[in-house]
Amino acid sequence: MTGGPVARFRYLTDNEKVLGSVFLFPAIAYIVLLVAIPFALAIAFSLANVTVGNTTLSFAGLENFRRILKTPEFRQSLQNTFFFTIVSQAITLVLANALALILSAEFRGKWLARLLIMLPWATPISLGTVGWLWLLDSKFSPIDWVLRYAHLLGSPDAILGIQKNLYYLGNVDLARASIVLVYVWRMLPLSAVILMAGLTAISQDLLDQADVDGAGFWRTLFQIKLPLILPIMAVASLFTLVFTVGDMAVVYVLTRGGPVYYTQILPTWAFIKGIEAGALGEGAATALFLFPVLLAVVFVVLRASQRTEVT
Amino acid sequence: MGSLATGLRRLAFYVGVVFFCFFSASPFLWMIITTFKQDRDLYRPANNPFLFSEPPTLDHIRFLFEDTNYAVFLRNSFFVGVLVVLITLAVAIPGAYSLARLTGRWGARAGIGIFLVYLVPPTLLFIPLSRVVASLGLNDSLWALVVVYPTITIPFSTWLLMGFFKSIPRDLEEAAMVDGYSRLVSFVKVVVPLSFSGIVAVTVFTFTLTLHEFIYALAFVSSSAQRTISVGVPTELIRGDVFFWQSLMAGSALVALPVAIVYNLFLDRLVAGFTLGAVKG
Repeated sequence: MTGGPVARFRYLTDNEKVLGSVFLFPAIAYIVLLVAIPFALAIAFSLANVTVGNTTLSFAGLENFRRILKTPEFRQSLQNTFFFTIVSQAITLVLANALALILSAEFRGKWLARLLIMLPWATPISLGTVGWLWLLDSKFSPIDWVLRYAHLLGSPDAILGIQKNLYYLGNVDLARASIVLVYVWRMLPLSAVILMAGLTAISQDLLDQADVDGAGFWRTLFQIKLPLILPIMAVASLFTLVFTVGDMAVVYVLTRGGPVYYTQILPTWAFIKGIEAGALGEGAATALFLFPVLLAVVFVVLRASQRTEVT
Repeated sequence: MGSLATGLRRLAFYVGVVFFCFFSASPFLWMIITTFKQDRDLYRPANNPFLFSEPPTLDHIRFLFEDTNYAVFLRNSFFVGVLVVLITLAVAIPGAYSLARLTGRWGARAGIGIFLVYLVPPTLLFIPLSRVVASLGLNDSLWALVVVYPTITIPFSTWLLMGFFKSIPRDLEEAAMVDGYSRLVSFVKVVVPLSFSGIVAVTVFTFTLTLHEFIYALAFVSSSAQRTISVGVPTELIRGDVFFWQSLMAGSALVALPVAIVYNLFLDRLVAGFTLGAVKG
């Protein structure tokens, strides 16, 4: 190995350790600079007196946390984040199991059904939510029109009342239900296709054997299919959980946290505090309440990857 | 008896298909109907909202392109998307190859680590990143998004490509190396061409991720001329309390539907990535 620069270059491009590090370096550098450091900054901000006007970090201990915990807006946001996430997760999981069973069967027009069903996930979320905003409009909602047409709304003896509209986004309970509905709408396709991958991986021999042994549809479903796809269900929930917690477009576009602040969630409240009002410390502290979710995710992914020994 | 039960099950099955299709597609259906409606038809609560009581019109699509910044948003999104795809491919292709082939057992763990980065919610990082962006002098500029979006797309693309490179038989590269190519050259001449379909899939996902992204685009960019489509449509086309509903719907549907159709073509590869390689789809 005493050749000139060519041989030297040749040696470097053949050495797996050198090439491996050189190839991986840009990815690691990007992640450290723009994910790891900002994450450390988020923690630093939450413990400091820092605003857009004054970005010198002076240590303030837990002052930001103490201050935000006192405000009713924050407590409402925390509660809503949990409520929206858990309820939409539960509904999504049940519906996704049904949808995955449907999509794993063969039927005519399946490609079209799959295309339509995937639309909510494949579309930019803010644009899909704009569609819902108009669908739930206070005056021109077609849902209200159908209810009026069926005499369930807008006449003296109607079950839903004499008023012409239900004001989906103006009524606190309906606004909350609407947000959950949009999250379910958005996450259902993703959850279903992941579960579908699990269902199609179940060995046909096993299902044939169950059939021979006389197991019916429900028995096969509850005693064979569902237990076998349980780990995949965990994976599906993990992704829908992360994407639900990581989103603020639905609430921002649909209600902006209103009426008053009753549908505010942590990301939107952190945005209002940290970006719009410039209180970086309080905003960062608010957003950090999402951190436990991240930890849980790390835990589940590591468990899943150990079990399947990723190929 | 038996045939009645099967008949009922078939009926329940198709009711299920129709229900899910309708649930998923209804906002888009509503967008498309609204787009072509005249004002005096749309804003009359007594009119059947699903039918055209007045002849359909293209006025609102014209308004969208001529009197709003919609075309600017489209151009901005395209600009950001293309640059982010280029950065992502340049970083993720070698990174994924390194994790798949060159780093051994340690690489498998690093792969999971990189995938975990994809799961860090942007809602956790946007406040500190807004300061990072400001200190780079990229405040209120599309370049802020070009710099930040790869933090989402690189981890995901690296993960997907890693699975792809692993599926290519090692023999092919080794044969090339026996023929006198170096590791680097055999990677460029043998592995990359064989992974073409994987690279196309990653390109599609990266581009759609940049179109989907909302928080960073909202937090880092505030002037109308620098808005992207996902933020521009819901914030700029709504002026105060005046909604241009038909144009708003047209602006959403024109992006949402084509993106969804292209995305669907590559769905199976995405699912393989999401199931952590645990299931062979």
